[in-house]
Amino acid sequence: MATDTHHHHNEHHDEPSWIRKYVFSTDHKVIGIQYGLTSLVFLFFGFCLLMMMRWQLAYPGEALPLLGKWLGEARMPGGVMAPEFYNQLGAMHGTIMVFLGVVPLAVGAFGNYLVPLQVGAQDMAFPKLNMSSYWVYFVGGVVMFASFFVPEGAAQSGWTSYAPLSIVTTPAQSIFRGQTMWLIGMVFLITSSLLGSVNIIVTIVQLRAPGLTWMRLPFFCWAQLVTSFLLLLAFPPLEAAGVMQLMDRLAGSSFFMPAGLVISGKPWEGSGGGSALLWQHLFWFLAHPEVYVLILPAMGIVAEVIANNTRKPLWGYSALVWASAILGFLSFVVWAHHMYLTGMGTAISAFFQTTTMLISVPSIIILTALILSLWGGSIRFTTPMLFALAFLPMFGIGGLTGLPLGLATSDIQLHDTYYVIGHFHYVVAPGTIFALFAGIYYWYPKVTGRRMSETLGKWHFWGSLVFMNTVFMPMFVQGMAGMSRRMYDGGEAYLHNQHVLGFNRMIGVGAWGLGLFQLFFIINFFWSLKRGEKVNDNPWKATTLEWNTPTPPPHGNFTKIPDAYRGPYEYSLPGSDTHKDYYPQWEPDHVAKAGPKETK
Amino acid sequence: MSAHIEIPYNMDERPDTGLYNAKLGVWLFLASEVMLFGALFSSYVLLRTGASTWEAGHLILNWKLAMVNTFVLIGSSVTMVMSWAALKMNNLAKFKLYMGLTVLCGIAFLVIKGIEYAAKFEHGLLPNQSTFMAIYFTMTGLHGLHVIGGMIVNGYLLGPGSKMWATEPQRFTNRIEVAGLYWHFVDLVWIFLFPTLYLLPGK
Amino acid sequence: MLQKLLGLPINASAHGGEIDSLIGWVHLLMVVLFIGWILLFFWMLVRFRKGRQPRADHEGVKSHASSYVEAVIVVLEIILLVGISIPFWAKKVNAFPTAAEDPLRIRVIAQQFAWNIHYPGPDGKFGKTEINKIASDNPIGLIRKGDGADDVVEVNQLYIPVNRPIILDTTTMDVIHSVFLPLFRVKQDTIPGMIIPIYFTATQTTEEIRQQMKETLPLDSKRNFELYAPAADVKNDSGAVIVKKGVRINASAKKRLIDAGITTLEVVPANPTEIACAQLCGLNHFRMKGYVNVLTADEFKKWYAEEVENQSE
Ligand code: HEA
Ligand code: HEA
Ligand code: CUA
Ligand SMILES: [Cu+2]
Repeated sequence: MATDTHHHHNEHHDEPSWIRKYVFSTDHKVIGIQYGLTSLVFLFFGFCLLMMMRWQLAYPGEALPLLGKWLGEARMPGGVMAPEFYNQLGAMHGTIMVFLGVVPLAVGAFGNYLVPLQVGAQDMAFPKLNMSSYWVYFVGGVVMFASFFVPEGAAQSGWTSYAPLSIVTTPAQSIFRGQTMWLIGMVFLITSSLLGSVNIIVTIVQLRAPGLTWMRLPFFCWAQLVTSFLLLLAFPPLEAAGVMQLMDRLAGSSFFMPAGLVISGKPWEGSGGGSALLWQHLFWFLAHPEVYVLILPAMGIVAEVIANNTRKPLWGYSALVWASAILGFLSFVVWAHHMYLTGMGTAISAFFQTTTMLISVPSIIILTALILSLWGGSIRFTTPMLFALAFLPMFGIGGLTGLPLGLATSDIQLHDTYYVIGHFHYVVAPGTIFALFAGIYYWYPKVTGRRMSETLGKWHFWGSLVFMNTVFMPMFVQGMAGMSRRMYDGGEAYLHNQHVLGFNRMIGVGAWGLGLFQLFFIINFFWSLKRGEKVNDNPWKATTLEWNTPTPPPHGNFTKIPDAYRGPYEYSLPGSDTHKDYYPQWEPDHVAKAGPKETK
Repeated sequence: MSAHIEIPYNMDERPDTGLYNAKLGVWLFLASEVMLFGALFSSYVLLRTGASTWEAGHLILNWKLAMVNTFVLIGSSVTMVMSWAALKMNNLAKFKLYMGLTVLCGIAFLVIKGIEYAAKFEHGLLPNQSTFMAIYFTMTGLHGLHVIGGMIVNGYLLGPGSKMWATEPQRFTNRIEVAGLYWHFVDLVWIFLFPTLYLLPGK
Repeated sequence: MLQKLLGLPINASAHGGEIDSLIGWVHLLMVVLFIGWILLFFWMLVRFRKGRQPRADHEGVKSHASSYVEAVIVVLEIILLVGISIPFWAKKVNAFPTAAEDPLRIRVIAQQFAWNIHYPGPDGKFGKTEINKIASDNPIGLIRKGDGADDVVEVNQLYIPVNRPIILDTTTMDVIHSVFLPLFRVKQDTIPGMIIPIYFTATQTTEEIRQQMKETLPLDSKRNFELYAPAADVKNDSGAVIVKKGVRINASAKKRLIDAGITTLEVVPANPTEIACAQLCGLNHFRMKGYVNVLTADEFKKWYAEEVENQSE
């Protein structure tokens, strides 16, 4: 299409300065890319923390090669990981992966870049707000990262930061303590998410192109819409809780501290009167909806990739839409399934068990619709499709293992064991991370004008698939045996899990192998920028509006604001001719039906 | 930047939703604010029911000053509406008058709050004294930050921001409406805070 | 069978069977669903690959079978929920052993990083505790006067009689911990400021469990041998006992064994019934370990009498 008009376009206006164009840009695409690169770096960083932890678990008490010395005596006395450092790595791995890695990548990057394109808008509804949301996120990330370098290191009470542990660990009343910085960092990240989600909702509600009715909206946008509502409404309670914990740490209040505590043999001096469980309620009120924030955008990406690579509409589009809305709604009433063992009575536990079983229903509907979308398709096994396909059974395993956790009775044995770690990593790692990879391979050509290498992509895929399972499958066995999570020595001290300790080596090898295969991705990612095969505006012969822009899309996106003439996935319409199996949303009927036409 | 970017419904309402962008945006933002203060009020309830003793606000807080503050804020909400109405009637001077009053009320509120805080500090009534004092400082402090935020916005709209009236009057009026919605919300929060903290009996 | 298949530890409690059977049923449901879906999934990948199906069918699936499958899943979930899980929980929370069943009430007070166990004296009453009295020789600050004079306090050792209901009043002095008795299917977070009672009945003594867990290990295995003891006296070639039956195999014992040319060894766990801490509670969370000693009624009586004798003032 109009690649030349776009050049012509820019020459007319004075070029904005480099800083305005690439650093403090208000263009949703530049912001999306900023979010994308930053979050990929954090994702990689969070993964590196984890690879170090897995060394300690595989070889407890043995010096970490290379890095051991380099990380300093405080963290690595004699090159061996100190328990406090292990706990820091664990807490920060969780925090970074969730809040600095996946959410900013799934919502900040994919949402920002694609939502305006898919709804046919020139930008987000509030471009300046959009820019500030990225920078607030960036500051939050810097605060979190810097917390590794303050006295006594980063937060070490788990990503859940349960009180009173989080309040009495490194309690100096200074801002420069890991836990305090964690709280401050969270306040920034929450603020950033709030700004971002308002923007995405308003963009979808208000800026849809003419003809783009609700039921013609790509499923990806629906997923982003529901996700944004979750962020908008679930995050503020954690912000409130964060402020209260800050008060406890800095102003000596007792929101989460009951009276009569004895810390390290000394009576704790505080007014008391607080409640330790209050923190958990506020935390999980966010953190449960948060897990659907991690999965819904992933489902959105997978849906787009599947429709495109099966060359047929998604099966049960309206069921998908309804199920995700219901999923979003229900996610607000299941939070206490993380708290069954805090002394819960029958009525409350019955309530939360029931809602938890209920919430599995929309998930099953979504997954069923995605799987059955394959039926009758003409499946192309491109790299994005491989990742999207693998998502289905991997999420299936993660989701199914949520069921025994959701029943309070079986949770007695499984709570806080590696079974839980296995459960949620199957949903977030070979689940969400795979979906995000699928999305990167799929939209890379639109963003850069070049395709990523299929060969490297397939190496990346198969290596990741094998090693992901090497890492997470044994965790179910370990968990069943009763091996607890967050164990610095990987369970060495306990008899009941001795026979499953051997898996720790295997998991270690899996994790490092997984790391190795990510190199294929990193190389591919940068190599393809310069050397990838050049593509036209619609290389996948896709139907949604983002493929109607010049490539890469210029500031303002569309040469002309498109009209949407039909639903999002009109592939292989019966009776249409054999040369062209797709009917883009933007082509009026007489063009769409007019036989072979390649977009160029 | 590029003058070609044209965000639709920046100014006029989208026919099928009946909203312009900023108005939807502020409603969403307020929904999240409801969740923020809702969480704090829920915490209040939970902590209070779980506590063996609880201070009576009117005995240790200065409820009279707070009462005055309640009226100050309600007044400012009224002037805020009037400033918007003035723009609707094309009267910039009146707008400036009412908006100026709104900002003044905000300042008055903060000064009174400051006097209250100072007295508490003097008597050593700090957040570490009791859960009641902790929640008092947290909630009023957070509310105070919201007031300050609102005043920065209102101050901007009164001062440099009002230049927009000359070029895009409709958009400027919208901005006042949106700022007003936020300001009413801040007012409303106080109306819940006042009885909860200052009037409820102890136990 | 089920335990072996799923890899669950031995169950040595009266209620554990119900938990295990729920875990079993859920996993059966999960496995059936997964296998069903994955077969369909792979079949579709083959059947509908581009080579075999050059042009897609716009409509796709026409049958409503999937709705029925979904309905069946929902029904099964409801059965597990209403049929097993909710009633079990009601029993766990409400149906505490009655006085007629003669339960033994014990306090468990967690702290960073130990389990303090507090038994009432023969008077059946717990003594009062006072946080200012806490000292290294008085971990829970027990007032050794009045009710407390004859109380028994143990650290990291929980002694209980077999086949008698035990009520644990769980709490903590500092942060949240979690009492985890894997072989008794007990797990309960200890929450500061709260005392949460739980109950269970051990159905096997520690010694019985120990014998069941007898196994033969190669000495170069990855196991932590300090947790094991030889099942019988080990002698060297000249017939001298180098490691005694029932004594933990510490580093020097292990060395003696290796020096004597022994490569495999029949072992039993030194103490198979552990108290684990299942909630991150700080630096030494990973080794906040205690032991349950399930004794016969007579052994327990004897132990209790001795401790009362030793500890009372
Ligand atoms: C993306 C993230 C994500 C998702 C989607 C889920 C989904 C679910 N989760 Fe999970 N969960 C987490 C992330 C997630 N969870 C995290 C991070 C934790 C731990 C937090 C911590 O403690 O640190 C956790 C912990 C957790 C617990 C607490 C456990 C404990 O601490 O004891 C519970 C308990 O109820 C639970 C339940 C569920 C349930 C019932 C679902 C359901 O929604 C799942 C529904 C899905 C299905 C039922 C699958 C349907 C399958 C098919 C249709 C078959 C398909 C098969 C093939 C294709 C082959 N989760
Ligand atoms: C979104 C969330 C997320 C993700 C994706 C992951 C990913 C992984 N996690 Fe983690 N994890 C958590 C969230 C997550 N985790 C949480 C919340 C906890 C609990 C913490 C706590 O106890 O408090 C936890 C805990 C946890 C533990 C338990 C620690 C303990 O209890 O002591 C383990 C153990 O092995 C583990 C392993 C892994 C592994 C091997 C991966 C791998 O799958 C990682 C794979 C990563 C990638 C594949 C990304 C690679 C990135 C790139 C290649 C980018 C390239 C860059 C450019 C191109 C610029 N995680
Ligand atoms: Cu105590 Cu973990
Ligand atoms: Cu959850």
